[in-house]
Amino acid sequence: MNGLLKFITCGSVDDGKSTLIGHMLYDAKLIFADQEKALVLDSKIGSREGEIDYSLLLDGLMAEREQGITIDVAYRYFTTDKRSFIVADTPGHEEYTRNMAVGASFADLAVILLDASQGVLVQTRRHARICSLMGINHFVFAVNKMDLIAFDEERFNDILAEIKVLMSEFEYESLAVIPVSATDGDNVTERSERTLWYDGKSLLEYLEDIDVSADDAEAGFTMPIQRVCRPNSSFRGFQGQIETGTIAVGDEIRILPSSEKACVKEIIAGFDNVQKAVKGQAVNICLDREIDASRGCVIVKDAAAQTGNMFTVKLLWMDDARLVAGKNYMLKIGTKRIPAVVMDIKYKIDVNTRNRIDTDTIYKNEIAVCDISTSEKIVLDEFRNNPALGSFILIDRVSHMTSACGVVTKMVSRADNLTWHDMTITREQRALQKGQRPKTIWLTGLSGSGKSTIANEIEKRLFLMGRHTMSLDGDNVRLGLNKNLGFAEGDRIENIRRVAEVAKLMNDAGVIVITSFISPYERDRLMARDIVGSDDFIEIYVSTPIEECEKRDVKGLYKKAREGKISSFTGVSSPYEVPTTHQIEIDTSDITIEEAADIVMKQLEKLL
Amino acid sequence: MSYSTHLDALEAEAIYIIREVAAECENPVMLYSIGKDSSVMLHLALKAFYPEKPPFPFMHVNTTWKFREMIDFREKAAEKYGIEIIEYINQEGIDEGINPFDHGAAYTDIMKTKALKQALDKYGFDAAFGGGRRDEEKSRAKERIFSFRNPDHAWDPKNQRPEMWKLFNTDINKGESIRVFPLSNWTEKDIWQYIRREKIDIVPLYYAAVRPFVERDGNLIMVDDDRMKLKPGEEIKHEKIRFRTLGCYPLTGGVRSDADTLDAIIEETLSAVSSERTSRVIDSDGGSASMEKRKREGYF
Repeated sequence: MNGLLKFITCGSVDDGKSTLIGHMLYDAKLIFADQEKALVLDSKIGSREGEIDYSLLLDGLMAEREQGITIDVAYRYFTTDKRSFIVADTPGHEEYTRNMAVGASFADLAVILLDASQGVLVQTRRHARICSLMGINHFVFAVNKMDLIAFDEERFNDILAEIKVLMSEFEYESLAVIPVSATDGDNVTERSERTLWYDGKSLLEYLEDIDVSADDAEAGFTMPIQRVCRPNSSFRGFQGQIETGTIAVGDEIRILPSSEKACVKEIIAGFDNVQKAVKGQAVNICLDREIDASRGCVIVKDAAAQTGNMFTVKLLWMDDARLVAGKNYMLKIGTKRIPAVVMDIKYKIDVNTRNRIDTDTIYKNEIAVCDISTSEKIVLDEFRNNPALGSFILIDRVSHMTSACGVVTKMVSRADNLTWHDMTITREQRALQKGQRPKTIWLTGLSGSGKSTIANEIEKRLFLMGRHTMSLDGDNVRLGLNKNLGFAEGDRIENIRRVAEVAKLMNDAGVIVITSFISPYERDRLMARDIVGSDDFIEIYVSTPIEECEKRDVKGLYKKAREGKISSFTGVSSPYEVPTTHQIEIDTSDITIEEAADIVMKQLEKLL
Repeated sequence: MSYSTHLDALEAEAIYIIREVAAECENPVMLYSIGKDSSVMLHLALKAFYPEKPPFPFMHVNTTWKFREMIDFREKAAEKYGIEIIEYINQEGIDEGINPFDHGAAYTDIMKTKALKQALDKYGFDAAFGGGRRDEEKSRAKERIFSFRNPDHAWDPKNQRPEMWKLFNTDINKGESIRVFPLSNWTEKDIWQYIRREKIDIVPLYYAAVRPFVERDGNLIMVDDDRMKLKPGEEIKHEKIRFRTLGCYPLTGGVRSDADTLDAIIEETLSAVSSERTSRVIDSDGGSASMEKRKREGYF
């Protein structure tokens, strides 16, 4: 029995995609009796004069049935004596191109339908191009509605020639063109007597026999790390799925992007220790020594992947909002998520004429070639070498929409001449220039807990590391920016708001900001977090207990508060709400300032 | 060494999905309904993280009308694997006396859909694994592996987020959540073959045995406890029956069968002429689109 075949059906509207699959399932007796009964019932309600409408087997959504169209991909599962299949039936309307692309990214083979009375249409070209872009290497063109052209061989040969021209632009491993009638069933599961001039297989026979296994026995080993497995202090494993190659206990590997080396000590697949694992397997790999690696890093053997922060891609734009050069997105490639900027739109491709069109704006459903830059080096490869490390999505950072999908076509080195079109300087570029990730480090804690001292010490250390920093505290803010504010509740909130806004502007300028304010109320800290942006906000809770703070009483404030000379003093006469969202906590009761800074810096390094 | 069997590929895909959620989502939960699909999903979660325990809790939304054997099985599973299984019951529904005999569709809405929404909100789960499969039902066949829900838990089938390759985008806004279906691409047959291959424990109700039941509207409804009210003319029969799916006993139809081994069940599944959901009373009221309607309202 051949392995599982994942394929899609695509092509223009009304070319009969759903009908073809429906008919195949029906003829091959792959429909349950209750589904068949429902089908006959639904067909009677439909408008097609009581004949069985096979497309109703797949158009499962209410809106689809009401409008008689396919909106989204439907997945169907069937097994014949020779093979198991998963078929994704995709929509033909241009409006739903991205749903068609979803199906294509999942499949090994595409069945592209076209209407024999119309030949190759724009949508046929678009779908062939997207299939190729998504990495499909096996193509079947089903020339449908042969009954409408009286099974005319000459007309079929004309279409065959059109298809060969269309496909000449793409790389592929196999191509078949089959004359069919989806409604009547000719050449669907069995060879038709009405096309004796055709000497190939029926569609189902062809799908049962074709070999789609990729020939990549030579590929080196790559495994993007999904997560680090640490059930206890003695075990540390890297979990992931092997994308290419094989790995065995004792092999020397490298972690990218750091290039640190280690040897494989143990491989766990499922509940078992194994000596060797191969492409496709989900494993847990332990190394012979402590190595700095986390989600997003890639374990490789031999020279199986590259690192870089600038590359050329071909992408399909899927968002209603348009793409303009200079905008920044979250990029996901392998298991790595990282901010990225679309630096330059080189051109878009006219799907009908194949022409390259110069443009600086890309709209939904258009295919474009662009340069992308990431804020730090990532592990990647050209799509043709390694689909898992060469495919990516771009995520809109506000709407969270998956705005684009694409493939890496070429690495770009910094030396290459990047063309900067009319582009405004973005936050990312400012940060890139400074070589750092601008964050706001927000220290909160009681008066005398050690906030300012820690802030001072970590700023010194960051400065020595070549980071660009700025410190904000009561001393430099109360005297200028906020000198019109007192200590009443409204003023207190406004004080925090202004500090957060200034911190955000400085982050936009590429600067790392360290603030030290008591900020006793959770809602004020949440407001600051919202203003700065949760991704860039690092909250440090300086949790030195009040007894210790009061003992220190550097400025004599606790004493005055106890004597009633200061009203609403945090910890004495007004509350301090213990943070719940902080990433770092430090208690300075029993440690020196250096020790405290060491602890904080160790954790900060992971976040900066 | 080859690694290309159909089940191996499905297993690796599911493990990848489960690990991605654990790595990217803040507060995931795995829905555990005690059925065969849940048993497979639990097994996959244990495999995905071994030697670590799954880094998220499990949750069973109980209607209080589940088969008694299911609850016994759940308790044993929690103990055997050392996992936390949260039980959630919609107490308002209990207080109002909502039951499957008198309240029909409202029962499903209150004790299942509403209970699930309450439970997810209560614990603030941002991602919930479910054992749904695309071969079960035609609106499910259209659903992504990562299915996004608005703050009211509603599904918008006309505007699903693109899901490219295996690059899952788990970013959501506050209040939104994700339902994740790692078994999307499995068929009923795959589930059974995997259960046999991996020797996974399942509730004994799947095996044929002599059980007390009544015939009601063409369904064989088991009399699991004395809350079952007989209608005029109904009589309790004792014959060999088994269940293809499990749920609330008054809403789950059994089939007459002699299949009391896994091999016999698989044999029966392969030659089945009806899809498994025909035995669920819940799907058929409301016409062919009833599952989609419920999903739009927040059902799993």
